[in-house]
Amino acid sequence: MDFTRRRLLTTAAAASAAAVAMPNIMTSDKAYAAPLKKGEPIKVGLLFSLTGALAVPEEDSTLVLQYAFDEINKNGGVGGVPVEPVIVDAKSDFGVYSEKTKELILREKVTALFGCYTSASRKAILPTVMQRNHLLYYPTCYEGAECTQNTICTGPLANQHSQDLIPFMVEKFGKKVFFVGSNYVWPKESNKNAKIWLEKAGGELVGEEYIPLGSSEFGPVLGKIRDAKPDFIFSTVVGASDIAFHKQFKQEGFKVDSMPIASLTTGEIETRAMGAEFGAGHFLSAPYFQTLDNPTNQKFVENFLKSKYGKNGTTHYNMEETYLTAYVFKAGFEKAAAAVGFENVTPRAIRDNSGGIRVEDNISPEGLVWIDENNFNTWLKPKIGQCQADGTFKIVKAAAEHVKPDPYSIYPDAGTCTATGLKGPDGKLRTNVI
Amino acid sequence: MDIGSLLNALILGVSIASIWLIAALGLTIIYGAAGVINMAHGEFIMLGAYSSYMLQYYFGLPYLLCIPASFVIVAAVGLVLERGLIQYLYNRPLDTLLATYGVSLVLMQGVRLIFGSDPKYLAAPALFSSNISLGFASVSTFRVVILLVTALCVLGIWLLFYKTRFGVQVRAVMQNKEMAASFGINSSRIYMMTFALGAGLAGVAGSLFGVLAIVLPTMGASYVVQAFLMVVTGGGSLAGTVVASGVTGQLQSVFAFFSNDTFARFLIFVLIVVFLRFRPQGLFAQAGARR
Repeated sequence: MDFTRRRLLTTAAAASAAAVAMPNIMTSDKAYAAPLKKGEPIKVGLLFSLTGALAVPEEDSTLVLQYAFDEINKNGGVGGVPVEPVIVDAKSDFGVYSEKTKELILREKVTALFGCYTSASRKAILPTVMQRNHLLYYPTCYEGAECTQNTICTGPLANQHSQDLIPFMVEKFGKKVFFVGSNYVWPKESNKNAKIWLEKAGGELVGEEYIPLGSSEFGPVLGKIRDAKPDFIFSTVVGASDIAFHKQFKQEGFKVDSMPIASLTTGEIETRAMGAEFGAGHFLSAPYFQTLDNPTNQKFVENFLKSKYGKNGTTHYNMEETYLTAYVFKAGFEKAAAAVGFENVTPRAIRDNSGGIRVEDNISPEGLVWIDENNFNTWLKPKIGQCQADGTFKIVKAAAEHVKPDPYSIYPDAGTCTATGLKGPDGKLRTNVI
Repeated sequence: MDIGSLLNALILGVSIASIWLIAALGLTIIYGAAGVINMAHGEFIMLGAYSSYMLQYYFGLPYLLCIPASFVIVAAVGLVLERGLIQYLYNRPLDTLLATYGVSLVLMQGVRLIFGSDPKYLAAPALFSSNISLGFASVSTFRVVILLVTALCVLGIWLLFYKTRFGVQVRAVMQNKEMAASFGINSSRIYMMTFALGAGLAGVAGSLFGVLAIVLPTMGASYVVQAFLMVVTGGGSLAGTVVASGVTGQLQSVFAFFSNDTFARFLIFVLIVVFLRFRPQGLFAQAGARR
């Protein structure tokens, strides 16, 4: 085709006209999942990054979910039929996340989506998920302050994450604490929560610094920490930066005995990448550790590492939270099928039937958890582990009771999240709040 | 604020400057001498880190020997790349840009296929994970190592370019390729050697960054932008890159000392944009005709 300037302009005009017209054709709030038939596999979408900067945690999520669905299929599947995961690569690009979400829902007609690691990618796809009245299983710790009717989350919320860690550290090491985090939404919101626990524990915040996401230069921050002389450091640094932080902490001559780092992110994968000598002595709060001493976990670790999906050689809190989503899905689907009939199960029906679902301790490696009936986050027991010289974690404290997930713990004025929407103080119900 | 902390920040500034400089050094050679805008520079850095990891993990080579070995390995990769691809593109700078970007993707995905996407661990001698304390001032041993290696590299390049016959030839080709050729200099060979040299220097940077930060297939992306900034601000010459890195590194540390890291970066990038608005040729523009 001969592309003259005029031609290019008319084509462009036509294309933009089509783009403007598109929303009118496409909007419909009917569920787009394929009608289910007995005997045909149930399709689910795995939306994680297999390439790019987010591939480190997200590739493991894809692997552990494939493992979980294999395990479920081997034991009779979901509602008697096998699950077929459709794997896509979101390429660490938020545009691609949203594009692939549409593809999974509209073309593949999946019954549920499992995906995302960062809050930014979740926020990128939620509008699409909500518009199609679909269902997203989000398997990572996050900041909360959302009340949608289309998500189920199995990671700890900010209010569950640091509730035990801060008082534990204050009691053990002293009152003065320095906050270091990556510069994006989750660390900042987590730190707001942490400040509340810190105040209750009688601690004192001597400094708060945020590092550009992905940065590996911790010289200036460590200089400030040296001047502020805290008793411990509270870290929400993520990804590659976290590894650089721990390395430079030791390289700059800081001693772990007198000023340990209490982290919400530094687990088995990170410790292996930085080398155990840089991780040893520091603390992590998470619902799951590879070393948890119970038969379910021992079986999970052994079978997973032996399987073809265990090539990266470790299990991790984020992988375990992802593993649980498969079983939450199975239970939710079967409950919905019993309520409305197998053929009539829609993503929304699964979500409506998922409140209160329990994953018992014969399946859940971290022990019994259950889905909250109002906000559809997870009741769990956060634990504190200390990294040992060999890179494994020793559990030094486990919560005695399950902690209630509260997405609006630091915004009590916003109202309370219920199954049908966010109930404001004025009594008004708002749906799909993100 | 006390003087001791400020002094510490100034010392740190020198160290940050050396990190920016070693990241940009290879690019300066390739861009300054061969005129190639090498988008795969970050991946050369990454290859340096993986070369060190591989030599250490599979052959048990001590870390200090991994640094020169990474130079050799990545220089060899650069040599092959120059002979196989870049040499056909010298008269088409825009195509070089695209081709090297493609090469960067190939290298990144290739490493991911071979080594997997999980971060790797590069061990350094225990001595390097401590610090040197001089009363009020404190600096990590490994940062001193980086500074020394960077100084050695700069000195080596300076000697090579200004004190040897090869250096005279390189500078002649830089100024006017045709004229140099008419005096019997094999410019194709000069380009090949300088490209390999630049790649090798990126390899050295990679084996240092692997210990300072992380070994990952994507690690190069975070260094390539700042490397380009240093080269462009410096004007493509060795002295220009040294001065540009020195000033920005110091500013980064001082700004971060008085405010925070995010703001320091913001301010530096704004200053560089303003600087380039009024001096687009950079600090020390090279003499002679550019292709």
